[in-house]
Amino acid sequence: MEIFGRLTIEAFPFYSAIAASGAAITVLGALSVIAVITYLRAWRVVLFDWVSSLDHKKIGIMYVMLALVMLMRGFIDAAMMRGQQAIASGNDGYLPADHFDQIFTSHGTIMIFFMAMPFLSGLINHIMPQQIGARDVAFPFMNAISLWLTVAGAGLVLISLVVGKFSTAGWSGYPPYSGIEYNPGVGVDYWLWAVLIAGVGSTMSGINFLVTILKRRAPGMHLLRMPLFTWTVFVTSILMIFAFPALTVACGLLALDRTFGMHFFTNAAGGNMMHYINLFWLWGHPEVYILILPAFGVFSEVVATFSQKRLFGYISLVLATMAIGILSFTVWLHHFFTMGSSADVNSFFGIMTTIIAVPTGVKVFDWLLTMYRGRIIFKPPMLYTIGFLVTFVIGGLSGVLLALPPVDYQMHNTTFLVAHFHNMIIPGVLFGYLAGYMFWFPKAFGFKLNETWGTWSFWCWIVGFYLAFMPLYVLGLMGMPRRMEHYDIAAWQPHLIVAAIGAFIILLGVICLGVQLVVSIRDREQARDMTGDSWNGRSLEWATSSPPAPYNFATLPIVQSVDAFWDMKQRGVAYRRPDRYVDIDLPKNTFLGAFIGGAGFVFGFAMIWYIWWLAILALAAVTLALIIRASDDETEFTLPAREVEHMEDERFAHLSKAPRNELADDPGFAGGSVLEGST
Amino acid sequence: MTAGISTTTVSGVIPASAAQKYEEKAFGFWIYLMSDAIIFALLFATYVVMLDNTAGGPTGKQLFSIERAAGGTALLLLSSATFGFASVALATSNRLRVLQWLAVTAVLGLGFLFLEFGEFRSMIVEGAGPDRSGFLSAFFALVGTHGLHVSVGIIWIVVMIGQVSIKGLTRPVASRVMRLGLFWHFLDIIWIGIFSIVYLPGVL
Repeated sequence: MEIFGRLTIEAFPFYSAIAASGAAITVLGALSVIAVITYLRAWRVVLFDWVSSLDHKKIGIMYVMLALVMLMRGFIDAAMMRGQQAIASGNDGYLPADHFDQIFTSHGTIMIFFMAMPFLSGLINHIMPQQIGARDVAFPFMNAISLWLTVAGAGLVLISLVVGKFSTAGWSGYPPYSGIEYNPGVGVDYWLWAVLIAGVGSTMSGINFLVTILKRRAPGMHLLRMPLFTWTVFVTSILMIFAFPALTVACGLLALDRTFGMHFFTNAAGGNMMHYINLFWLWGHPEVYILILPAFGVFSEVVATFSQKRLFGYISLVLATMAIGILSFTVWLHHFFTMGSSADVNSFFGIMTTIIAVPTGVKVFDWLLTMYRGRIIFKPPMLYTIGFLVTFVIGGLSGVLLALPPVDYQMHNTTFLVAHFHNMIIPGVLFGYLAGYMFWFPKAFGFKLNETWGTWSFWCWIVGFYLAFMPLYVLGLMGMPRRMEHYDIAAWQPHLIVAAIGAFIILLGVICLGVQLVVSIRDREQARDMTGDSWNGRSLEWATSSPPAPYNFATLPIVQSVDAFWDMKQRGVAYRRPDRYVDIDLPKNTFLGAFIGGAGFVFGFAMIWYIWWLAILALAAVTLALIIRASDDETEFTLPAREVEHMEDERFAHLSKAPRNELADDPGFAGGSVLEGST
Repeated sequence: MTAGISTTTVSGVIPASAAQKYEEKAFGFWIYLMSDAIIFALLFATYVVMLDNTAGGPTGKQLFSIERAAGGTALLLLSSATFGFASVALATSNRLRVLQWLAVTAVLGLGFLFLEFGEFRSMIVEGAGPDRSGFLSAFFALVGTHGLHVSVGIIWIVVMIGQVSIKGLTRPVASRVMRLGLFWHFLDIIWIGIFSIVYLPGVL
């Protein structure tokens, strides 16, 4: 037995210039991060303030950083595909088929698992505890494990560029093609272990968020007083807890097939491929709603804040969210209508699929009616929200079309489908997260993002989106299958060139996002927000300072209404100082979370390359770390009341200097600084 | 505005208080068990789907010994009872009894695993290993996953024996023993499902 399993020198990509440059960019990227940290002499800060942190806010920021990095990587994949298809009419283009297949697989895998999921976990981590008036999530250490397991999964996808190859089996990895017989290399294993390891992290995140919401709400925060973002997180957490096991089982069994020669999904020896597809989509469809519900939550917060009105139809939005959560488990078969279920079965799932559009429609009307007669302020988060509303409805209509099995038989596996789900996920998920990013950035860092560049990013994204994906609807109707590396039908090419131009405009949007971040950091002093309430906000996250103190709330707020913070401002009690402060317990920092993530990465890598001794060693390391942690009864430290008082003194000094909030022209704020109306 | 945030400090009932924390951990653990139950539910479903996919290989009827399965069942059910005694001893803060019953539970669990390994070994030797057919893959995945859980449970019991010996029945230690109990009884319930769906049909 080889000590390095099947890892040999051939695993390094010297066989192709494009693959080698991908590897070079990955390695250079990692080296430049190390160089920048060293240059800034920031290792101590990075390690002791961030990597070891159990603070939900810092963990949230690290999640979003991971998401933004992976967004770049996933976008480069997308641009390479669009470039290939734009030129590969009657010729081979510039990408060999094997490489093209890896790219569409990694694009989907990265965008779903390592862009959307971390972005979602990051926004939830940072904001949800503050919205319910809590000081942290229920299980801060488990939160760190979730983060670092997600990083480990992302690391496996990234390192597959340098060592070995990635899967060519698509982001959903259907057997038998993803089985060992047809795919003997390491590609599918990279995909499997990245997804499995990150999936465990997501399940734990779901448990953490759910317990936090049910057990850590501030006094008076009844369920029906929770902000809508928190409501969507609540439902999303339930979906994570109950849907992710299906992914774990599907991928775990496929891994058993591949690694130990079992026969769950093989062609021969009694395998049943359909069973994989059922299990995968039993997770996969709820996953769509796991991603999109928190984005709906962001839109709800943004639309109310920038329309300067109470959210229209709060109860109906809550009910619609719950309905979507339940219905999301009843539609998974629409992903494979063509696989030969009976007409009755297909009809049932077709009908359920059209029904799930109803609560979503309710939401769209609620958002529109919130805007109706509101004094709308067109800041970038609001632009993304409006862009979402228009674009998402179009995508929804194409979805209702695809829900009809006879129509689906025509469109299945064509670019019509590709256009449809991008038409849902880009406005529905990505626009939501970008809106949340721009909306809550000042909360996390204490200064606003540049609005000009934010506006430009929006226009590039939305124009680019329409140019990139509307042609794919047409191509789908013309019969173009998805995932084609080259084609011989010249009539397709003009549409694909338009789509490539769209991708180029989206690239400009991505660049605008980068420029926005750089410019905002450079000009941060001018954009500083002293109040903590950057947008004249409505929910409790705006009651903390920006960035929030480690404990968020020096004294827990008492909630009397939906829009709790707005209500406090109206009553003039939002900025009152308590008579005295109390000691606050906070989680101590620890490196064990990151250590477990690192061991998870090593374990995945060892399983991919069949390095059994290393896999056992990594598992033993994880076990040992967990035992050490479970034997430690001193996981918290106490922040003494006088230090809390000191921090709060500073905060109120800032508040007294703060200019009147530019958005606060509400009667409740007439005249003077934010402190007016307080004692 | 006496109800404003200024005048009411709620330090007496802050959610960070110790009692609340243990309750949160127990609640979180219940939710984890529900999530784990979904994994087993899907493995059961997989087993039932694959039941006839023997690919010309041996069937359950030919392979399974109801005596051995009944022996394993007896050991595991008994271990649930002995864990119950450990919990009773925990409630009365009898440290020595807790240690004794935890040790007995671990030994019974090891006995169960011994029988299971014996069954797996003899099947593999007979050429009825997990790579023989879809049916056997599903069998080994379902029963093996349960066995893996029992192994984790035994490691956890050993850790808790260590903690109770060194730290005594402190509040955090007691709360961990309680969650371990939930885990152990949960595995018993899963096993009853396995016994009924995997082993019983072979003799009926």
